[in-house]
Amino acid sequence: MSTVALARPRPLSRERVVRGLWRTVLYVGIVAGTILFTFPFLWMIKSSVSPPAEVLLNPPRLLPSAIVWENYYLPFERQPFATFYVNTAFVTITGMMGVILSSSVVAFALARMRWPGRDKFFFVMISTLMLPAHVTLIPTYVGFAKGPELVGLTGQGGWLNTFIPLLAPEWTGSPFIIFLMRQYMMTIPLEMDDAARIDGCGWFQLFWRIIMPLSAPVMGVAAIYSFQYHWNAFERPLIYLNRIDLFTVPLGMAMLNGRYGTDFGGLMAMSTISLIPVMIVFFLAQRYFIQGVVVSGVKG
Amino acid sequence: MSRSITVLAALGAAALAAALGFLPSTGAEVIDTALRALGVALLLYVLLFIIAAVSERGMTQRRAESVIGWVFAFPYLLHLILFQAGAILFSFYLSLFSSDLLQRHEFIDIDNYRYLFQDEPLFWIAVKNTLIYTLISVPLATVIALSIAVLLNQNIKFQGVFRTLFYMPALVTGVAVAIVWIMVLHPEFGISAIAFEFFGLKSPRWFWSEDWALPGLAMIALWGAGTNMLLYLAGLQSIPSQVQEAARIDGASAWQVFFRVTLPLLTPTVFFNVVLNMIGSFQVFTQAFVLTQGGPNNATLTMVLLIYRKAFQNFSFGYASAIAWVLFVVILIMTFIVFRSSNRWVYYEGGLRR
Repeated sequence: MSTVALARPRPLSRERVVRGLWRTVLYVGIVAGTILFTFPFLWMIKSSVSPPAEVLLNPPRLLPSAIVWENYYLPFERQPFATFYVNTAFVTITGMMGVILSSSVVAFALARMRWPGRDKFFFVMISTLMLPAHVTLIPTYVGFAKGPELVGLTGQGGWLNTFIPLLAPEWTGSPFIIFLMRQYMMTIPLEMDDAARIDGCGWFQLFWRIIMPLSAPVMGVAAIYSFQYHWNAFERPLIYLNRIDLFTVPLGMAMLNGRYGTDFGGLMAMSTISLIPVMIVFFLAQRYFIQGVVVSGVKG
Repeated sequence: MSRSITVLAALGAAALAAALGFLPSTGAEVIDTALRALGVALLLYVLLFIIAAVSERGMTQRRAESVIGWVFAFPYLLHLILFQAGAILFSFYLSLFSSDLLQRHEFIDIDNYRYLFQDEPLFWIAVKNTLIYTLISVPLATVIALSIAVLLNQNIKFQGVFRTLFYMPALVTGVAVAIVWIMVLHPEFGISAIAFEFFGLKSPRWFWSEDWALPGLAMIALWGAGTNMLLYLAGLQSIPSQVQEAARIDGASAWQVFFRVTLPLLTPTVFFNVVLNMIGSFQVFTQAFVLTQGGPNNATLTMVLLIYRKAFQNFSFGYASAIAWVLFVVILIMTFIVFRSSNRWVYYEGGLRR
């Protein structure tokens, strides 16, 4: 404690000046970057509460003259936005659950078990990460449109206009998420498994009772990635869903940006609302998120 | 952790209950179908676990482990066969047909490809646009995400807050992003117009001009640099600080430490990001679709947008598959080039150069 009382400002050395300058530059850079990165958000929120006449104004106004809320309820009255939110929530939650369950099982087999062909299996999986989604887009579409009909599950049209094409690929595991989880599970000491096995734990129990709880951080990462992906997904819903009562929020927003003019205020309000759930999930899981990404450390 | 999992699960259950309870009558039967499908999927998983338990009883330990390994890996095996390997082959098969999936379905050999390369006026435009977009966005994204990561990796106050703020835009993707940027960049009504005026410049007409539309799209993509930034941060934190300290003690300046020590050790992460960004930028779709629909005058027509138009607007599924295959080959070649170049600039620890 006494040293604190005795400490006096040291004379300015060249090194201290350089250090001080560097720190100033550092903070200026970070703050400027933060402003650039967050400004569009603020502009979005500002536009969503501006009176309609002020959304597009030349020259633009920095602050609205009055705050109005009509953008937040009019889209719900004009379009079935409530339905869009319900649909998106359903697809997002079931998709997220599916991808976590399926990917963690596969990742467990890849990280903690020895079985013939495992390394080749892993290699093939990693190579598919390079595969552009659009090569498989059309055949998958054809498969979902024709497949169920061929095997007699449905009538004509197959599983188009259902949520199954959006969910089935998730319930069978995503290579990227499996890779992430496997990298994380590799870092858990193997003694854990041996001890559990000696105590009579079966493979399923080892997976469910030991490895899953220990992999919580990477599960958080997977949850965020997959939540974000489904919540914002545009292309696949666009292709598979043609009935307006099945639309997800992004499709509904694209509709507001339609050929009959663009409802900017309404779009900004819907964007703001649709941001909230993603934010909540991110804030709940962010501590584990950064930790999880660091530990599963993606190395080329 | 367990608490946030509980909170997440509760939120999920609540939303699901809401989805089922207040479901508008029209969509209900679809969710019903989906739920039944999910029920089947869950049953299959239970079945997998039962098979695992049974094989554990009846077999020697080694044998049980190999069987259960495959049983657990089965879901992805299914994914691979149905949605990846099978789909690629099927895509190639389709590309040899003229097909609208309903009446028209005839084998036309490689005519789709011939037409594509020789007569399709839009194809080369789409290729050019996609390449330009990639050449602008990938290097910029790499430099910007890396710089932010380095800044945020310093010992600064409110580190967590800044990280979250920089990562936030990456959480919003697709349609919302596109529309926000219309508002920001609009040459007359957008906030950027004020900024340009402040510096005495005239704002480019971005998505309303042929020259600026594509750079505009690339710029928007930079806003999502947060994902890359996070991976770089992870990479930076996995570099042992002793290495950098040793260099400092040997008299290296901060710049030298960064360019001679930190950056080389970070190259595997850079490599990973560059490859992923490249593959992603070849597939740019949502922004172009929502913002410009490929216009003005096809200035933002990307390859995937062309695939979408041909398949889902003109219903030429065979022809669209041919374009998708060309895209696939282009990505393969580009990835291969980056991989080959990687022995020159990617450093793997342990002195092993691959």
